Parts: sequence; C-alpha cells; structure tokens
Amino acid sequence: MMVPLSWYLIFSAALFCVGLFGVLSRKNAVAILMGIELMLNAVNVNLIAFWRYRSPSFIAGQAFAIIVFAVAASEVAVGLALIISIYRRRNTVVADEIDMMKF
Amino acid sequence: MTIATLIWLLPFPPLLAFGLIVLFTNRNKALSHTLAVGAALLSWLGSMIIFWQALRVHNFSQNPFVSSINWLPILNQWLSIGVWVDPLTVATLFFVAWTILMIFIYSVGYHNFGQPKGDHDQAGLQPHGATVNNEYGHAHKVPSIEPLYSRFFAFIALFAFGMYTLVISDNLLTLFVGWEIMGLCSYLLIGFWYAKPSARAAAIKAFLTTRVGDVVMLLGIVYLYSQTGSLSYRTIFSKEILHQLTTVTAPGNFLGLSAAGLIGILLFIGTVGKSAQWPLHVWLPDAMEGPTPVSAMIHAATMVSAGVYMVIRAFPLLSAGWVEGGSLTPAMAVMAFIGTFTALFAATIALAQNDIKRVLAFSTISQLGFMIAALGVGAYVAAAFHLVTHAFFKALLFLGSGSIIHGMEHGVLHTNEEVDPQNMFNMGGLRTKMPLTFWTFVIGGFSLSGVPLITAGFWSKDEILAEAFTYKHWIVFITLALTTLLTAFYTMRQITLTFMGKPRTESAHHAQESSWTMTFPLIILGVLAISAGWVGIPSDFWGLTLPHSWFHEFVGSTLMEHPAAVAFSWFPFLTSVVVSFGGLILGWLVYRNVQEGAVDPLQKPLGWIYTTLKNKYYFDELYNLLFVRPAYWIADTFTNQWLDRGIIDGFLHGVARVAFSIGGIFRNYVDKPVINGFGDFIGEGVKKFGRRFRVIQTGRVQQYMLMALIVAFGTLFYYLIFVVRP
Repeated sequence: MMVPLSWYLIFSAALFCVGLFGVLSRKNAVAILMGIELMLNAVNVNLIAFWRYRSPSFIAGQAFAIIVFAVAASEVAVGLALIISIYRRRNTVVADEIDMMKF
Repeated sequence: MTIATLIWLLPFPPLLAFGLIVLFTNRNKALSHTLAVGAALLSWLGSMIIFWQALRVHNFSQNPFVSSINWLPILNQWLSIGVWVDPLTVATLFFVAWTILMIFIYSVGYHNFGQPKGDHDQAGLQPHGATVNNEYGHAHKVPSIEPLYSRFFAFIALFAFGMYTLVISDNLLTLFVGWEIMGLCSYLLIGFWYAKPSARAAAIKAFLTTRVGDVVMLLGIVYLYSQTGSLSYRTIFSKEILHQLTTVTAPGNFLGLSAAGLIGILLFIGTVGKSAQWPLHVWLPDAMEGPTPVSAMIHAATMVSAGVYMVIRAFPLLSAGWVEGGSLTPAMAVMAFIGTFTALFAATIALAQNDIKRVLAFSTISQLGFMIAALGVGAYVAAAFHLVTHAFFKALLFLGSGSIIHGMEHGVLHTNEEVDPQNMFNMGGLRTKMPLTFWTFVIGGFSLSGVPLITAGFWSKDEILAEAFTYKHWIVFITLALTTLLTAFYTMRQITLTFMGKPRTESAHHAQESSWTMTFPLIILGVLAISAGWVGIPSDFWGLTLPHSWFHEFVGSTLMEHPAAVAFSWFPFLTSVVVSFGGLILGWLVYRNVQEGAVDPLQKPLGWIYTTLKNKYYFDELYNLLFVRPAYWIADTFTNQWLDRGIIDGFLHGVARVAFSIGGIFRNYVDKPVINGFGDFIGEGVKKFGRRFRVIQTGRVQQYMLMALIVAFGTLFYYLIFVVRP
C-alpha cells in the first residue's frame, strides 16, 4: 500500500510553515536565508509528489525540481555574499538594522 | 568716310566723353573738360562738314542725306532706325553745334577753372570762394573752383549726345529717345547743386512737368504707329499716309477729330511740356536754379528748341488737309492759340521779375510761343528761322547774364556784402566794369527786341508778323505785335538796370570782367546773333530786288508743297519797327533813374497788376492747390493712411486679431482645462498617492515579507470565498 498523496502535501505545508516562521521571526539574516531554503524545499516536495502521483510518465516535474535546486543554490550564494558584504561595512547581520532602503 | 557714316558718328563723341569722364577721368578736372570740349569740337566739326556738303548738293531737299538700318524685328517686318539730314536738319544742326560748343567752352570759365579750391566748399553746393594772400600778405577772397567740376562736364556731354541724336534721327522713336535723354540731363543739371533744397525742388518739378507732356506725346507716337505701322519720316509724312490719316476718324470720334488731328495734338502736347508753353510752362523759370551754362544750353538754346523742332518736323502731319490761306486744321488752331497766348502771357510776367535769369526764362517761354504761334498760322519757314536766331541770341543773353552774375559774385566776395548777385536792382553801372559783356549783351538784347535791319531777331520776328498779317490772322498779329513791344520793354529794363546809371551796391562797384573762356563765346555768339538774320532777308525787301531769301528757299523746300514767300508789305514792317523802338525807348525812360534801394517804378502805378505779374499770375500757387497738394493728399492721407494703413493693414490686423482671439479661446477653454488638467491630474495624483503610501517602505525586509503574506492570504481568501464558491 502506497503512502497517500495528502500526506506528502501535509508534510510539505508543515515544512513550508516552519520555513516561513523562520523567515519572519529570526533576527539573523543568515537564519532568514535558511528559512527560505526550507520553503523552497517544501515546494520541491510538492512538485515531486504531484509528479509521482499524477503524471509519472511526464518528466517535467523532476526537471522542474532540479531547476529549483539550482536557483536555490545560486540564491544562497548571492545572499550570503551580500550578507558578508553588509557585515564588513556595518558590522551586523541583524535584519532589522539593515534598513537603508526606505523612503 | 562717306557723309552717311559721318552723320551716324555725329552724336557719339559726346557720349564717349561722358563715359570716359564718369569712369576714368573723374578726378582730373583739366582732363575732364578737355575731353568734353574736345568731343563738342569734334561734333561741331562734323556738323560743319555736313553743313557745307549739304550746301553743295543741288536741290538738296529732294536728295537728303539718308541712311537707315533694320533695328527691331516686329512680326514679319522691321522697325528701322536711321539718320536723315534735310535742309531743316541742317539749319538746326548749325545752331545746335555752335551753341553747344560755345557753351562747353563757357562752362570752363563759369566753373572757375584755374581758381583755388574753396575754403569750405561742399559737393552739391555753389562754390563759396577761397581766401588767398596777395604779394603784400593781405588776405582777400576770390571765386573758388566748382567741387563737382568733372561731373558737370559729363552731364552736359551726355546732354549733347541726346540733342544730336534727336536732330539727326529719321524717325520719331529715336527722336523720342534723344528727347528723354535730354529730359534726364535737364533733371540732373537743374539739380546739379543738389544740396540746395530749392534746386532739388526745381529739378523734380521740371522732370514731372515735362513728363506730363512726354507721356501724351508717347501716346501720339503709339497711335501714329498703330495707324501707319511706321515711324520714319519718309513714310509717315508721305502724301498717301497723310491722306489716309486725314480720312480716318479718331477712336470714338473723339471731339470730331481725324486721326491726323488727334496725333498732331498729342504730339504737340509733348512740345507744350518740353518747350514750356502754357499751361506746362511752370518748370522753366524754376529751372534757373541750375548753373547758368545749363540755363543757356538746355533751357534756352537746345532742349526747349527741340520741342519746337519736333513740331516743325511734324508740320506736314499737323497741317494735313490744310491749304495755304485756308482755314486752320484743329492741331494748328490749338497751336496758334497756345503759342499766341503763351507769348503774351510770359512777356507780361517778365516785366515784373527782378532776377536777371528769370526775366530771360520768361522771355524764352514767350519767344517759343512766337514760334508755336507761327507754326499755328502755317508760317513754317518763319518758325524755323526764329528757332535758329532765337537759339543764338538767347544763348548769348543767358551766357551774358551768367557773366554778369559771375562779375557780381566777384564783387560780393570782395566786399563781403549780403546782396543777391542775381537781382538786377543790386546792379547798375556795369557797362564800364564789364565792357565785353555789356556790348555782347546789348547785341543779344537788341536782337531779342528786334531792332530793325541789323539784328537777326528782327528778320525772324518780322517774318512771323508778316505771315500772320498776310493770312489775316488779326488776333495773332495784334497779340504778337503787343508782345514784341513788351519784349523790347523788358529787355531795355534789363539792360538799363544792369549796365546803365551808377552802381547801386558796393558789389556792383567791385564787379569785374569775366575770364576769356567766358567772353570768347559771348563774342562768337554776338556775331551769330546778328549775322544769322541776314540769310532770311526777304527778296523783295523795301522794294529792292535782293538775291532771293536763302533761308526761305533752303528750309522751305523741305515741305512737299513749297510754301510761297509772303510778299513784302509795309504794314507789318512798320509795326515791327514801331513796337521795337517804342519798347526800347519806353524801357529806357522808365528805368534810367532807378536809385539805390528803390523799388520798381512800375510797382506804384500798376498796383495789384504788378503784384499779380510778380507772382506769375499765381500759377505756381494754383498748381500747388490743384495738383501738388492733392497729390500729397492722395499719397499721404488716401494711399498711406486710408488705403495702406487703414484697409490693407487693417485687414491684416483684423485677421491677426481674429486669429488671436480664436487662439485665446482654445487656450482658455481647451488647452488649459482639458489637456493641461488631465496631465496635471495624473502627475499630481501619482505624487499624492506616493506621498501617502511611502510610509510602508520601511526598509525592513521581514515587514515586506509579512505584508506579502497578508496580501497573499487576503487574495487567497477572496478567491476562495467570492470566486470559487464551493
């Protein structure tokens, strides 16, 4: 007997919420970035689950997941570089203190 | 060189001199006058050769010197121009050549050649004299040389070209060209001292007044051409053409004239302008503003004579249909009236003029009237004869008056007096100061008055009177006889006031004889003023049998019907003698005792008549009222203010105003509220919106996230609740 699709979806939603909570609540910018990674992976779980249960013969679901990985990796690379750069200049990684881009 | 080539070349030396002076020798005064006088001398020489050649030709009038070339192609025929020398041309050429040459020579002295430059002379003004130191170191003033010396010679050379062209032409077209060249030169030379406002005004007046005549004359030429298809004398004065012209009626049966009559009157009006006949006489007295040689040449001897020459030339046309002794043609009647009236009219004005040159100017008008009147009564030869003699003695008188004025100016410079050197009442006693001028002036004056037997003027005037008498034109005869009396009177007045008695001013006391370049022409013209009359002594004069009247035979043969010389009769002869001597004696009696500062002895007894005469019958004022002021009014008030500024400018301004108000409407009701308002609304709206909502731009990334989450949830719930509707 196979695990039903809804379980995967529930798991994915939970993972997304964990990530979202992390993004919204943590002060450290690196932790926020980690939250985003969790959210992206929740999406990936969704993509794979739907592929497997709805159209296993169609490879687009897997391919899409791979693209998300690649995008997430590069995003982390850019995000970390920005954070390091900000840290060097302002000596902080707290997101609330990095508020130069306002009106 | 054949005689035809010589005739063709005759007008060109002066034209060449004009070109050379204007272009090259302008700065060199001596070279300029040498060129001009040399050119005049060449043309004079040519004229004399033509004259002698013509005398040697047997039956010259039937074999005139003729040469013509095709000039202008018109449709399938040619308009030809050429030269034509018949007895009338030869006679005219004779006096033209002599007077032009003499006046050229005279101009050298008149414009003070050889004198120093003036202290403060300006171009366009008469020379004011120069200060020189004599051998004792004593400063005194002498006449100074004319600043525009070369220019004067250039202009008179051009003038001479015009006159020669006119005389030798074989057609009315080149005659008209010469006529207009002279008109231009007259304008330029009257206004020679152009910095003087009076000279400018006189130049414009002369030009415009003669223009009136010229335009009408051109009309006559055009009408003649349209009728005959030719302008050359040979064609238009041929019997067939003349007969044809007399039978055709003028367009619209104008005044019941025949074509010949209308053309004749139109051509004659040209003469009225050029020869200063009433009512277009007003320009000639004012033309005396020019230098005296100009007055002598243009306004006495040649240009005004050209008008008479033209009507003499056109006499076959004017008299077409007339038989000797019969009733006059309309054109002749008009000429007889205008000529007679002008003769008397101008002579009366001359009585009351004090300016020595103005007297001569009116005298010229009067004498030209004599010639016109003579032509009017059919005295063709007498008119031509008087034309010749008048040219000599009037040129002589003008040059003499120039010499007098020159002497007076010398006195004025010497004494520094403030007197008018041209006013005869400032002169007196000049006969001892200027003997040569005196004697030659007396010769000229006596010739003008017609002193019997010895002077040229007597013979020509007597012939006119005799013709008028013989053909029983009593009014013409009596008027002309009266005019002769007046002529003698004002001539004697002039001679007496100028030369007789004692000097009435210091200037007259210090007057001096002019230089030889001025007196030499006076002597030559003096000789001619007497001897020119001898050629016209009637053959049966005084019951003697003299050799036939050469002039009459010679010039009279020009006409196809050879006019018979009138038989000598005692009555007109005695009339001539009586009026001539009577006028002279009266003039002497009235004017011999004029004292210093005295007024004219005629002023009291004549009263208002004298004032009228002095003011020239108020013709200037009348024309001013009738023509000049209306012309100014039309130009200024009507054309400028009403038509131009009122209607044309008004229309444009109206268009502008309408366009302006339409623009205003568009601006105030369309552009500003609608287009600007819309643009402003967008801009302002965006600005307000941005100002209000910029507070959410906190710069905190987690707040953005939260907001995005809230919006996403909001959208989701909205979608689920309102759109999907489970």
